Amino acid sequence: MTTAAPAAPRAAVTNRPADIVFKAVSTTAGVLILIALGGVALFLVVQAVPAIIGPIPEEEGANFWAWVWPLTFGTLWSALLAMVMAVPLAVAIALFITHYAPRKLAQFLGYLIDLLAAIPSVIYGLWGIAVLAPFFQPGYIWLAQNLGWLPLFSPPASGTGRTILTASIVLAVMVLPIITALCREIFLQTPRLNEEAALALGATRWEMIKMAVLPHGRSGIIASSILGLGRALGETMAVAMVLASSGVVSFVLIGSQNPSTIAANIALRFPEAHGITVNMLIGSGLVLFAITLLVNALSRWIIAKTTVDGGR
Amino acid sequence: MTTTIAPSRTAQNPLTAGQLPPWAPWGLLGVSLLIGAAIAGLIAGASGSDFSVVIVGLVGFVLYLVSVTVVSQLIEGGRKAADRLVTGLVVGAFLLALIPLISLIVTVVVNGAARFDLQFFTWTMRNIVGEGGGVLHAIVGTVLVTLWAAIISVPVGIFTAIYLVEYGRGALAKAITFFVDVMTGIPSIVAGLFAYALFALFAGEGVRSGLGGAVALSLLMIPTVVRSTEEMLKLVPNDLREASLALGVPKWLTIAKVVLPTALAGIVTGVTLAIARVIGETAPLLIIAGFTTNMNYNVFDGRMMTLPVFAYNQYISPGVQEQAYFDRAWSAALVLILIVMILNIGARVIAHFFAPKSGR
Repeated sequence: MTTAAPAAPRAAVTNRPADIVFKAVSTTAGVLILIALGGVALFLVVQAVPAIIGPIPEEEGANFWAWVWPLTFGTLWSALLAMVMAVPLAVAIALFITHYAPRKLAQFLGYLIDLLAAIPSVIYGLWGIAVLAPFFQPGYIWLAQNLGWLPLFSPPASGTGRTILTASIVLAVMVLPIITALCREIFLQTPRLNEEAALALGATRWEMIKMAVLPHGRSGIIASSILGLGRALGETMAVAMVLASSGVVSFVLIGSQNPSTIAANIALRFPEAHGITVNMLIGSGLVLFAITLLVNALSRWIIAKTTVDGGR
Repeated sequence: MTTTIAPSRTAQNPLTAGQLPPWAPWGLLGVSLLIGAAIAGLIAGASGSDFSVVIVGLVGFVLYLVSVTVVSQLIEGGRKAADRLVTGLVVGAFLLALIPLISLIVTVVVNGAARFDLQFFTWTMRNIVGEGGGVLHAIVGTVLVTLWAAIISVPVGIFTAIYLVEYGRGALAKAITFFVDVMTGIPSIVAGLFAYALFALFAGEGVRSGLGGAVALSLLMIPTVVRSTEEMLKLVPNDLREASLALGVPKWLTIAKVVLPTALAGIVTGVTLAIARVIGETAPLLIIAGFTTNMNYNVFDGRMMTLPVFAYNQYISPGVQEQAYFDRAWSAALVLILIVMILNIGARVIAHFFAPKSGR
């Protein structure tokens, strides 16, 4: 019936024009991402240079680094506080969802925690001011009265409750779902045989977790915590709204004089900024970019290292 | 060591001897909460303040942990006691994490209901001082900015994922994978600064435009799209690709007609989640899109209000009639939360109903 085209079977697999175009488009998309990221770094540096090398207005500080240091301190300090609260809680929640909750409920409970990550940060800010700060304010007064001899709680306590501790609690709530989600995945990857062996030997559930789950997931917990730290460092709106900052360097948790953070400072000042101030703010953004880059690279490195020689 | 074996007690059943009955923890919890309530009542009576549920929870929880550990230690021994203590702590941690979620949603719904009316959705803030006004301009702005962000980032993201899964070998693919990871960690405010720096090159200092906001958002959106699409493409069985190629179908057609349709549901889910993630972003839009009280349909020129920035602006710089501004902020927050929830649930519905059946 059909007179088979004799040349068809030899049709070259490569060098079809459409194939080349498609591959070129895909490759271009990938390269575009590299260019965009290079652009981020380049444009930020170009805009930041006038402030970094040149003089800045006298009322801001002696030079750029003297100006950016208190902000950097506030960024690191608030993120560290948030981590201290969030990491143990996140590990416990991940354990609850993977090893304690009833199987059928586990996925739904995990989804509830994920909802925390879906809520926009500006809403966390509103909630922090309206609910959290007034809620903790009497506690801060009590702390200042009774534990005031500790440098962390030295009086006077803030009258509004909008302290760095409140901001850190909001941050902790925000990074909690991120750390929990990663820990959950890691805990689920614990070799099933190890868990069953521990239980078969008579271990209680906690002993099984201590002997099988936690050692297996240790580096994963560290990596996910650092990833959460990166997120806490860059969080802007919640801190900008909740924190009543005055740009000091202080470890006091509950006072009315709080260090600001880089991101919050940019958000608060950029809308009205002009001239050299814009360059200064972009310069501080560059510092933040560098810090988060470092933190994220560290976390990726730990993850990559463990997936290679980890396994089973 | 000492008390694990208790044969001397009236052991009716040797299998359950030396164990707490299953109702014991619940009983202890109930008693602890009752004591907590009593203490809270005493404090409320003594100081004249309100009855505090916080004290009930806190005292009850601590009492429960202590009592269950002690009772278990006495009857079951140290190992079981530690197990029960940890179980209590772990469940407590989970309940603690639910408190902010519930508190936040209740607060937003209660406060947001005040201005959740027709005028709110049909008016802008032009010439509004004090009460009244609405968020129409902010909703339009959010939709336009997010739409443009999606137009920029969805093709780039999907094609990058195709490159990584179908073509990518060697140093370039490794570099792209690494830098997509790096992009995931860019703080949103830095993305806003980047868009500003980029647009300031062409339009000079103080530039504000909706498109700038879209560029900033797409910077945050691209890594999410790439990651989720990549995962989905990797799930497509190699058999399908090989069968198609063996039939003589060109590679690009194999990808377009076989691989992508198979992964479509997952890709749509990923894109929806990425949109849900960026639609609530405030910081970059505050910097590059700015705020205005007027309607602006043109993303290429002029300030453009968006919902998150509206909520922030109303709350942070209220006018004379403070409450009117706060109400608008909360209602905008409620609208925003509803949009995000609808997107999230929609993504899950798509993933659930349109996922290809695995067949086994």
